[in-house]
Amino acid sequence: MTEMRTNIMVCCGTGCVASESEKVFKNLEIIIKARGYSDEVQVVKTGCFGFCEQGPIVKIEPDNVFYVRVGPKDAKEIIDEHIIKGRKVERLLYTEPIEKERIEKQEDMPFYKKQLRVALKNCGLINPEDVYEYIALGGYEALGVSITELSRDQVIEKIKKSGLRGRGGGGFPTGLKWEITKRQESEVKFIICNADEGDPGAFMDRSILEGDPHSVLEAMAIGGYAIGADKGIIYIRAEYPLAITRLNIAIKQARELGLLGKNILGTDFSFDISLKYGAGAFVCGEETALINSCEGKRGEPNYKPPYPAEEGYWGYPTCVNNVETFANISSIILKGEDWFSSIGTQKSKGTKVFALAGKINNVGLVEVPMGITFREIIFDIGGGIPKGKKFKAVQTGGPSGGVITEEGLDTPIDYDSLLAIGSMMGSGGMIVMDEDDNMVNIAKFYLEFTMDEACGRCGPGRIGTKRMFEILCKITSRKATMADVDALKQLAYMVKDSSLCGLCQTAPNPVISTLKHFWNEYLDFIEDADDGKGEGKYKSKSNIKIKS
Amino acid sequence: MTIKSLDELRKLREENSDRVRLRELGDGTGDRVEILIGMATCGISSGARDTLNEFVDLIMKEKMDHVKVIPVGCIGYCHSEPTVLVNMPGKKPVLYGNVKGKIVKEIMEKHIIGGQPQEKWVLNMDFERA
Repeated sequence: MTEMRTNIMVCCGTGCVASESEKVFKNLEIIIKARGYSDEVQVVKTGCFGFCEQGPIVKIEPDNVFYVRVGPKDAKEIIDEHIIKGRKVERLLYTEPIEKERIEKQEDMPFYKKQLRVALKNCGLINPEDVYEYIALGGYEALGVSITELSRDQVIEKIKKSGLRGRGGGGFPTGLKWEITKRQESEVKFIICNADEGDPGAFMDRSILEGDPHSVLEAMAIGGYAIGADKGIIYIRAEYPLAITRLNIAIKQARELGLLGKNILGTDFSFDISLKYGAGAFVCGEETALINSCEGKRGEPNYKPPYPAEEGYWGYPTCVNNVETFANISSIILKGEDWFSSIGTQKSKGTKVFALAGKINNVGLVEVPMGITFREIIFDIGGGIPKGKKFKAVQTGGPSGGVITEEGLDTPIDYDSLLAIGSMMGSGGMIVMDEDDNMVNIAKFYLEFTMDEACGRCGPGRIGTKRMFEILCKITSRKATMADVDALKQLAYMVKDSSLCGLCQTAPNPVISTLKHFWNEYLDFIEDADDGKGEGKYKSKSNIKIKS
Repeated sequence: MTIKSLDELRKLREENSDRVRLRELGDGTGDRVEILIGMATCGISSGARDTLNEFVDLIMKEKMDHVKVIPVGCIGYCHSEPTVLVNMPGKKPVLYGNVKGKIVKEIMEKHIIGGQPQEKWVLNMDFERA
């Protein structure tokens, strides 16, 4: 029997599937069989390559040729010309937009040159529905090493020294969270994976779960060992059916091999994972609301402290971590904490996955080392603004974040420097806006979302977001006065300071940020504004200045 | 089939490494040996497909992670198909002609592993004559 000599990797993340990549996969298989090459050429369904703008993606290995925008009808040409005759299909190669040259290798593309894939390392490389491929690339080795060769404290030390911080947006040091949970005295503990990715436009966690589900399972087991939990729960939003399917397959396969369950790898460590589906509430991404939802209650947040690490699921110590945080764990155990902390900045180590969207040429998923600037991401990796338009602003952190303007483009991306300029890292959504976007409309869009998603438990959140939205509607329909803008400012700070949880505490951020940077655009909508220079004829009653 | 120890996991990894060998290969930078085999119509009709499969089998058997076998189009020397171009890092490419049967193994052992181009099958890449 001849060995396989070519692997055709077909991207089957949700984005490419929506563009018929599964049909591409099926056609490739059919034609290979018809031509009699089934023993030599294998077609593999794989995870997200990140270059979503150019999907569906098909990569030929070991030739290392990257085909873009592949349709089901192109399958025949790829097989007949490239696979059988070795002639690359030129028209399916990526055309770089500025020089218009065709680039065939991934590593030569400007989109990939500055990226460093750690959390996404297996996406695009393996079939996510095959545990043996995960193992072949070193999968579950980190778990094996942790539970047989390292003590629980040693595992925690490694994660602490690596400098890994929560990738869900909070940025809390992961090693510290694990240590605090470990220290609680309790027979029963839980570790929960927050896969409720709710930010509009964010799909980092979805891609990791669809493309490399085992990495999350393995990391949860390592975390369970470290903190002393034997049960893990993945809280996943119901709107991710493909991720749910892949997770279920992965859990089943891991259980069959004894990598989940009792006495893993012959030790006395037992660990198993169950799934809990969300039901469409953005607020359940907040850890206490998530835990309430897991317990079957309405998803409403609780006051913190006590933190879940002390009292969480059913009152037991519970550690809640984000999907992307977990995806980094096995690399830290295997490659070492020194390797991980050599990437990134002083206080923000490692890489971050961003979902680049909006007015940008290369829409997709990128993973970059911390410390890279916005300019590099938007213009080098992202390929700049389409149609030659001018850059206006970039928004990070989804509905909880602020905008960054032209002046902030050279800010290095890390948790603290983003907070310093009035935005936040958030979970990784990055929306780019150009000269045609109206910033008041953007603020209104985000506030409509947070207003809808506010759970209603606290007054400032329930009423404050609604009133802010009403004022924004009044502004954009040109019925507002300066008094309304003043009220908006006061409300924004009030809601920010007195809401119960992070959802409404950060809901006014887009408003505050756009009021500061794009004051003129608000004035454009107001009848009794002065000639755009200041507060207008109306003298503000409050002394609230826009804080920097 | 339960994996009962870390050693068993590592064995399983070894056993399955063939499945993904092609892909790690493709993504690597650095010095790889490339074996390009002309697979245009003249190549295929002269049996280049068997030549290619032979090379792949040998590489898998010896687990040579640093060697890539890539089918390419017509190299131009149609009179001596199947043709095989061997690119060793840092050295001039060597073109072999009429590579069939036992010659594949000889090239593998003496040139790719041994480092000595086998003159008797080398085609001279000369632009003076056709």
